[in-house]
Amino acid sequence: MTDAAMSTTAVKAGGPVNAVLNRLVIIVPYLWLLFFFLVPFLIVFKISLSQTAIAMPPYTPSFDLSEGIGGLLSGLKELSFDNYVWLTQDPLYFNAYVSSVVIAAVSTLLTLLVGYPIAYGMARAPTTIRPTLLMLVILPFWTSFLIRVYAWIGILKPEGLLNQVLLATGIISEPLIILNTYTAIFIGIVYSYLPFMVLPLYSALEKMDYSLIEAAEDLGCPPIMAFWKITFPLSIPGVVAGCLLVFIPAVGEFVIPDLLGGSQTLMIGKTLWNEFFANRDWPVSSAVAVILLLILIVPIVFFQQAQAKAQEQGR
Amino acid sequence: MNQTWSRFNVTSVFLGLAFLYLPIVLLVIYSFNESKLVTVWGGFSTKWYGSLFQNQGLMDAAWVTIRVGLLSATVATVLGTMAALALTRYTRFRGRMLFSGMVFAPLVMPDVITGLSLLLLFVAVGFDRGFVTVTLAHITLTMCFVAVVVQSRLLTFDRSLEEAAMDLGATPVKTFFQVTLPVILPAIVSGWMLAFTLSLDDLVIASFASGPGATTLPMKIYSQVRLGVTPEINAACTILIGIVAAGVIVASVFNKRREVQRLRDEQAAQRG
Repeated sequence: MTDAAMSTTAVKAGGPVNAVLNRLVIIVPYLWLLFFFLVPFLIVFKISLSQTAIAMPPYTPSFDLSEGIGGLLSGLKELSFDNYVWLTQDPLYFNAYVSSVVIAAVSTLLTLLVGYPIAYGMARAPTTIRPTLLMLVILPFWTSFLIRVYAWIGILKPEGLLNQVLLATGIISEPLIILNTYTAIFIGIVYSYLPFMVLPLYSALEKMDYSLIEAAEDLGCPPIMAFWKITFPLSIPGVVAGCLLVFIPAVGEFVIPDLLGGSQTLMIGKTLWNEFFANRDWPVSSAVAVILLLILIVPIVFFQQAQAKAQEQGR
Repeated sequence: MNQTWSRFNVTSVFLGLAFLYLPIVLLVIYSFNESKLVTVWGGFSTKWYGSLFQNQGLMDAAWVTIRVGLLSATVATVLGTMAALALTRYTRFRGRMLFSGMVFAPLVMPDVITGLSLLLLFVAVGFDRGFVTVTLAHITLTMCFVAVVVQSRLLTFDRSLEEAAMDLGATPVKTFFQVTLPVILPAIVSGWMLAFTLSLDDLVIASFASGPGATTLPMKIYSQVRLGVTPEINAACTILIGIVAAGVIVASVFNKRREVQRLRDEQAAQRG
């Protein structure tokens, strides 16, 4: 794969040593990502086509490269789509995929609704305190994801802090059951992913020229209309980036549904985890991962293009 | 433009920050709870911190986590900085599309997929799972975050500085270390810190990539959380939060100082 690094405009008139160094900058991370990011996906795909076996590793290899072309051909004959057929036959998997996508979509929308006023408020704050506000939004992101999700267990439990407060103030007379329901998953996702939504929204809103709003209002446009006609359309790149940053990882989320959703809730990340760790069925969990990746490939490519575009503009 | 910060905006920012911080603050408060019941306040006590340090399993896991974090963050910073340089400096090379795809995809890829695929790789090539495999997995994940952080700094970097250095006879390598590196250093430092905290945090990928003898702290915390919420876990979490908060504060003071120093230098240069 060394020819991947056929460089480029920037190789200046240096010695051959410098030319080699220039190429190393590309080659080393390139090879690393090929080996540790791309190749593993091919292996997942391969294993998803093999049979489950009681052995270690618990699958029958579908290719034996040491046998050369002959091994490859006999391997092709042994490829089986049984795992995929199995996934379509058991409604559990189908339901888990659908509910993951729905939960992720609803929570993305909720995160947008919660995050937009925050980002908007920050973008309109006095310039002197904006860096501090930004820092305050980023800081929770630095504390452990697991810890932040764990903190919500103590709050949402039937005898937890939220119910204690609500009962003490007389708002409710019976404790609310929130933990181990889909509501808890929504709260968990909105809470954990909020900074991912606020930051791109903030950077889009901060760049906006507010004299546009003033002009609209001078011309008699009501503030709500001015928001819909000017502010919101200008913040679309931030909305798109934020929604993708929340939606894609949320579909495959494991920690939140496992800790807050309990055993009754269904999400594909948890299904994959259980297939792998509880059932030790590597081929089926690989097939689950392949389908999940297929579902996410469109939003991921979309995300990459948005990133590349932002990079071009920053240039 | 003379705009006031309207009441609506103040309220939404205040409520947003309260939402972000309240759970963490409550967690810290209840780590000092005398009572074993996490949600009933039984008076102030630091006994859970004492019992935490007696818990050999937790201490071992913490040590593994710190070593994995330090090693993986350092390697990831080097690789991520290289990737950022490759992406910003070399606009055309064969396979660049694939390369940028591989840098951005891990940022949003669900952990279960990354974890499973890395595990299957390690099994396929016959690596014994343990400390090394967790470290390799974390390098792969976090180098992409470092690359994005460093890249955003490189995009605003004034390349005429480098050209000036090279016109004055500096080799590209010397130019990089004496001109480019000092300018992008704050981004590299925050990239390292991000990589370290991501490694410290990760449960899912570590669970797949790890083997016997290399249980990380999140794995340990997770297995205890499943058995129920205990004040001891609150105490462990509080210490982790404390370490991260201290790190972030130190880094921001460090960046602020550099900034002040830079402004002073510029002023001195203008006067002189």
